[in-house]
Amino acid sequence: MKRHLPVILLCAVLTAGLFTPLVTGASSPGFWVEVLLGGLMAGVLYSLVALGLVLIFKASGVFNFAQGAMVLFAALAVARLSEKMPMWAAVLIAIGIMVLFAVVVERLVLRPLVNQEPIALLMATLGVSYFLDGFGQTLWGGDIYKIEFGISKDPVMILESLFQGGILVNKDDMAAALVAIALVALLALFFQKTATGRALRAVADDHQAAQSIGIPLNRIWVIVWSVAGIVALVAGMVWGGKLGVQFSLAEVALKALPVVILGGFESVPGAIIGGLIIGVGEKMAEVFFGPVLVKTFDLAGGGIENWFAYVLALAFLLVRPEGLFGERRIDRV
Amino acid sequence: MSGPGTPGDVLLEVEGVSLSFGGVTAINDISFDVREHEVRAIIGPNGAGKSSMLNVINGVYHPQQGRIRFAGETFTDMDPHRAAKMGISRTFQNIALFKGMSVLDNMMAGRNLRMTSGIFAQALRLGGAEREEIRHREAVERIIDFLEIQAHRKTPVGRLPYGLQKRVDLGRALAMEPRLLLLDEPMAGMNLEEKQDMCRFILDVNDEFGTTIVLIEHDMGVVMDISDRVVVLDYGRKIGDGVPDQVRSSQAVIDAYLGVTH
Repeated sequence: MKRHLPVILLCAVLTAGLFTPLVTGASSPGFWVEVLLGGLMAGVLYSLVALGLVLIFKASGVFNFAQGAMVLFAALAVARLSEKMPMWAAVLIAIGIMVLFAVVVERLVLRPLVNQEPIALLMATLGVSYFLDGFGQTLWGGDIYKIEFGISKDPVMILESLFQGGILVNKDDMAAALVAIALVALLALFFQKTATGRALRAVADDHQAAQSIGIPLNRIWVIVWSVAGIVALVAGMVWGGKLGVQFSLAEVALKALPVVILGGFESVPGAIIGGLIIGVGEKMAEVFFGPVLVKTFDLAGGGIENWFAYVLALAFLLVRPEGLFGERRIDRV
Repeated sequence: MSGPGTPGDVLLEVEGVSLSFGGVTAINDISFDVREHEVRAIIGPNGAGKSSMLNVINGVYHPQQGRIRFAGETFTDMDPHRAAKMGISRTFQNIALFKGMSVLDNMMAGRNLRMTSGIFAQALRLGGAEREEIRHREAVERIIDFLEIQAHRKTPVGRLPYGLQKRVDLGRALAMEPRLLLLDEPMAGMNLEEKQDMCRFILDVNDEFGTTIVLIEHDMGVVMDISDRVVVLDYGRKIGDGVPDQVRSSQAVIDAYLGVTH
């Protein structure tokens, strides 16, 4: 109980912050729900990137710095390929490219560095990250590209009877959220219900023991990096479809870092819930508490969205370093 | 033909194996053989090179010299994956289970090599995959019954007490239906009652499944009771080899265990 107290307090503060604007009447319920949905939407994207990080961390103990670069690279591939062929073909080829990328990473980076210090692997993924950034531009070009799904971007009004003035939502946002949910469900099925998923979980738990029962580590790594690549592809397509495919996509990965600190490095549900908390939290803070700061302290306001995630992650590091769902490390002395 | 439980042809042959780490010699020119269906023990004081020997057989370490013959095939370097494929399974001195997974999942993972249906068939629970899963589940359930851990099927392994974890470790190795089972100090850290249980399981495995067993132990008493033949190591050298009584009365072995007066 004592261990959970700080976390419960922190969550209570977050929840209170979430509902304050509604309770104090600072905003109309309709607008509040709109901000909430916007936050959830951003959160889904953070979750997708964080999911890729967690998958790789679980299976190979590597913090994959290149996850953001993979998102950008995959999105670039889809954007440029879809100019020449139908969308479904472009996506299929992009999946093939990400699987090929996984094979190459396993051969050239992971296999030679197996059993090295974690810092060596981290540096290696940093190198992979910059290589992918550059190579992506060499291959696909460095402009801003569009991904068109043929779903209209016009906002629609829903729930007009419930809220005054209704709620504005974008159809493509809704589609993106559905895709993300489907992906997570598919991954859960894969991990829980297949022998390969069981092998993956086994490798995540204990490399040596997994090898001793005949689970091939190399193949598992290829599978995990492929899955992370496909998750990156989905994140890149959703994000790129919304904002256009551009270099700044790679920086999304930095937002995924506080997400995994919040959720726990080893936890798939943690990545998802952490992403949603941070997505909603930063939107709410920006929209509702920015103006409060401006009024009371006469500040310029704004920019809360940029640091909120990191401060929250810092708070979690102080009270619960293993994150919400992470494993608590007990070292034998 | 020999039935289960009676030693037969040579299954594993270790020939002149030497292993060193940097300048430290862990194993020095060791040879011995293991016959089919026998319980073969490797004993010796701490640091004698017992675990290193096991790790060489299992393919974790690669010896600088010597070779190993298993089931008629000779190999100089092995890797754990290939060892598993050839029918060698093992347990670990410091239990290496998948702590977050249930007892059942740990053992099902042990059958990974025997599963043949594709990922998609498994995910969608197609007929063939479903039947395969059921077949493997039945095999695992038999082992669970055998090891008397029915009550803990769904418990995450990390929450079980030490003695039971050791049993699950054995169960996972058994789930592979190995030809050769390597046990790295199966009785370490156990109380008398747990030790007796473990001895019973080891003998039953040998009797009922006819599995060949190589076990490491530094507690001489237990080993002498359950092994057919014993190899004794000290400082990486072989100082004794034979049936328990023979080894027990050997002067070199007594010196290694009790120390020599100078």
